Amino acid sequence: MSVLPYLIAVWIFLVGCYGLATSRNLIHAVGCLVVCQSATYVLLLAVGYRDGGTAPVHSDLRPGSRPLVDPVVQALALTDVVVGATVTALLLALVIQVAKRHGTLNPDELSELRG
Amino acid sequence: MSRRLRLGVLALGAAGIAALLVAACFQLPGFGGESHPYGDRAVRAALARRTSNVIASVNFDQRAFDTLGEESVLFAAVLGTVVLLRQTRDERQVEPAPARVAPFVRRYALILLPVTLLIGLYVVAHGQLSPGGGFQGGVVAATALHLLYIAVDYRALERIRPVGVYEVADAAGEGAYLVVGVAGLLAGSAFLANTLLPYGTFNTLASGGTVPLLNAAIGMEVACAVIVLLARFLDQAVEIEEENGK
Repeated sequence: MSVLPYLIAVWIFLVGCYGLATSRNLIHAVGCLVVCQSATYVLLLAVGYRDGGTAPVHSDLRPGSRPLVDPVVQALALTDVVVGATVTALLLALVIQVAKRHGTLNPDELSELRG
Repeated sequence: MSRRLRLGVLALGAAGIAALLVAACFQLPGFGGESHPYGDRAVRAALARRTSNVIASVNFDQRAFDTLGEESVLFAAVLGTVVLLRQTRDERQVEPAPARVAPFVRRYALILLPVTLLIGLYVVAHGQLSPGGGFQGGVVAATALHLLYIAVDYRALERIRPVGVYEVADAAGEGAYLVVGVAGLLAGSAFLANTLLPYGTFNTLASGGTVPLLNAAIGMEVACAVIVLLARFLDQAVEIEEENGK
């Protein structure tokens, strides 16, 4: 079935969304956001895959001797990984401050405004 | 809104999104198909500029301007984390007590530290040739320093890690990327266009024009960014305590 990899990306994304919406812990919520994000990696790499293709790197491969998988989506996934990691760090820093100021990590208990 | 009602709304929305996404999936070109117009053109352009790692060519030549944007997101995220995790008025720093490390952990971590650092630099330097580049190599190099934390203790790590210096180097890496871009402008072509340097011989260290330079700039920024990020989180875990107990 040739759409299965795309459907898996959809499934991972929806699982992440479910986790985000039902999460009772902010650290868990950040983890769910990362799950959502990894759906994009699966989608990108599935779009770029080519049957019988190899990595688009010519350090030990004569140019033109074999089909290559799509390098454009690989480059997109690569930068996404690094940027995603630092943005996750930023979110976790926010979580640390929330825990310090409010003494809770449950988003349901964070309804009131404070200082 | 009750929890039950909220789950109902979520199920409704998720079902709608799922239906749309699945419908979209069936419209995508088949998995593993032969048609990759952008990929084929990217490979051709990379070979024309004698960059053997096509991904490096895409990131630092064909869409170098986009990479500048991504790099800026990274820089801003680190800046935000530094601001969020700074020491506040009602907190104080305590000197962490040295902990005992099992001798074999110490031995292997200390042996692996220079090896890891070298691998990180290798991955950055060979980014235009083999899998790797500034993003990956930077993370590996930053990891190397933290082997000292595992091998010895926090104070040993702090001695080789003046955070201020790495913050400046982080900004310098971001700046160096811009400088390479502006240099292309001054040399009479477009911003970040890969026309500044000769393309060199295919599959040698000096190939790809400005790709190795941009790789080095990114490598420096990512390595310093990861070190600064980990330093802030480690500070929170090890050093900073609230005034009235923890």
